[in-house]
Amino acid sequence: MPGLMEAFWDALRLIALGDADLWEIIGLSLRVTMTAVGLSCLIGLPLGAVVGAFRFPGRTALSLILNALMGLPPVVVGLGVYLMLSASGPLGVLQLLYTPTAMILAQMILVTPIVAALTRQVVEDLNEEYAEQFASLGVRRMERVAALIWDARYSLLTVALAGFGRAVAEVGAVLIVGGNIDHVTRVMTTTIALETSRGNLHLALALGAVLLVIALLVNAAVMAVRHTAQKVAYA
Amino acid sequence: MIRHAVLTLGAIFALSLPAALAAEEFITVQSTTSTQNSGLFDHILPMFEAGTGIDVRVVAVGTGQAIRNAMNGDGDVLFVHARAAEEAFVADGFGTARHDVMYNDFVVVGPAADPAGVSGMRDSVAALAQIAGAGAVFVSRGDDSGTHKAEGALWSETDVDLEEASGGWYRETGSGMGATLNIGIGMGGYVLTDRATWIAFGNKGSHRVLVEGDARLFNQYGIILVNPAVHAHVKAEAGQSFVDWILSAEGQAAIAGYEVAGQQLFFPNAK
Repeated sequence: MPGLMEAFWDALRLIALGDADLWEIIGLSLRVTMTAVGLSCLIGLPLGAVVGAFRFPGRTALSLILNALMGLPPVVVGLGVYLMLSASGPLGVLQLLYTPTAMILAQMILVTPIVAALTRQVVEDLNEEYAEQFASLGVRRMERVAALIWDARYSLLTVALAGFGRAVAEVGAVLIVGGNIDHVTRVMTTTIALETSRGNLHLALALGAVLLVIALLVNAAVMAVRHTAQKVAYA
Repeated sequence: MIRHAVLTLGAIFALSLPAALAAEEFITVQSTTSTQNSGLFDHILPMFEAGTGIDVRVVAVGTGQAIRNAMNGDGDVLFVHARAAEEAFVADGFGTARHDVMYNDFVVVGPAADPAGVSGMRDSVAALAQIAGAGAVFVSRGDDSGTHKAEGALWSETDVDLEEASGGWYRETGSGMGATLNIGIGMGGYVLTDRATWIAFGNKGSHRVLVEGDARLFNQYGIILVNPAVHAHVKAEAGQSFVDWILSAEGQAAIAGYEVAGQQLFFPNAK
């Protein structure tokens, strides 16, 4: 049986050797997940901020729903997107099934509630702190949302990373809507599933370690950006 | 900041489009895990693609799911192994015609210790009954795949009540062939598998082939073009050229030429 340390060495070797197929798979993983997380932030940040900053009828119910949707099972999302995009489904004419775009869509559905729910919490806490200032300065509603998002930007970066973690590690949804087609929709997680089903446990574990290294690098990059930005801001 | 974010995201999305819009001609083949896991497609598809310039995109799922996907029109060609279901697919108008492509056989693998003592038996039905009688763990696909249907046909000839045994000694994984083998090996149980997946499988543990050579273990693969009269977007011409190539002398030779560890995995028998 392959050991964990051994798998890490193999992972480093796989990366160092620069196998073209592996790079293609890593590239697609990052492209799909980052696009999905980016689009999710575009929807989830304002949505979460509005729910966090204002009181309106149905607000509690909306918060509850957003929190519950964080637990959406990926396979169910995959099935739902499959039924929408299937040639026999309502969006079949778009011919998006088994494309990276379908995978981006599925991951967006998984990540948007996470971004929105966590943003709501962050913004709600900050809003309580700022409430008196906003009132005394007579800040308009939309400016308030913008100011809250801006001031919470470092916490929201962590929110985006939580979404990234969910999306990049997910296999159930992308397998169904992407089909794990070689050179087209094969990403890290579906490759790991495939190699496991081929009984190549050693390779599967090494690929898992590669995925972990990538997640580490992405998090390190974001942390570095945050650090630099903070230094500039307080210099 | 928001405008900045929108611009950045727009750029990311635009960058992600070219692959989706690539002009390359391709067909989608709904196929089974056994053909993919055994590595057959990696061996034969480059030959077809080099000759025709048509890219073949394989979605490998269980035969049951592959047929349902093809019924929905989510594929141009169906390449699976469950004859009765394939003929029904064509009879219902979803496919134009079914052709034999190749065969191999199913085998029963199990732990070297062989608690049910079936090693060397040729009668697969008697062997399964003996496994049931011993209450030895048997791990089934349980996923409506071609292999699962073949297994079901064998059990139906015994008087074993699988409903009652399920969860006890009879364990249904609901997963692909490789995943089921991994589980069977982990549990020290018996598994019915196609020989190709087994030979190419990388995690055999102490398991070995115990039952083989029964005519009832024959495993025929067929290929069908999805009917363009039902799903207008089916790429009939490119799909048909793939079907024709698989059935041609060249395609059949490519299938026969695929070996793992010196063993031929599939035996072409197109008419």
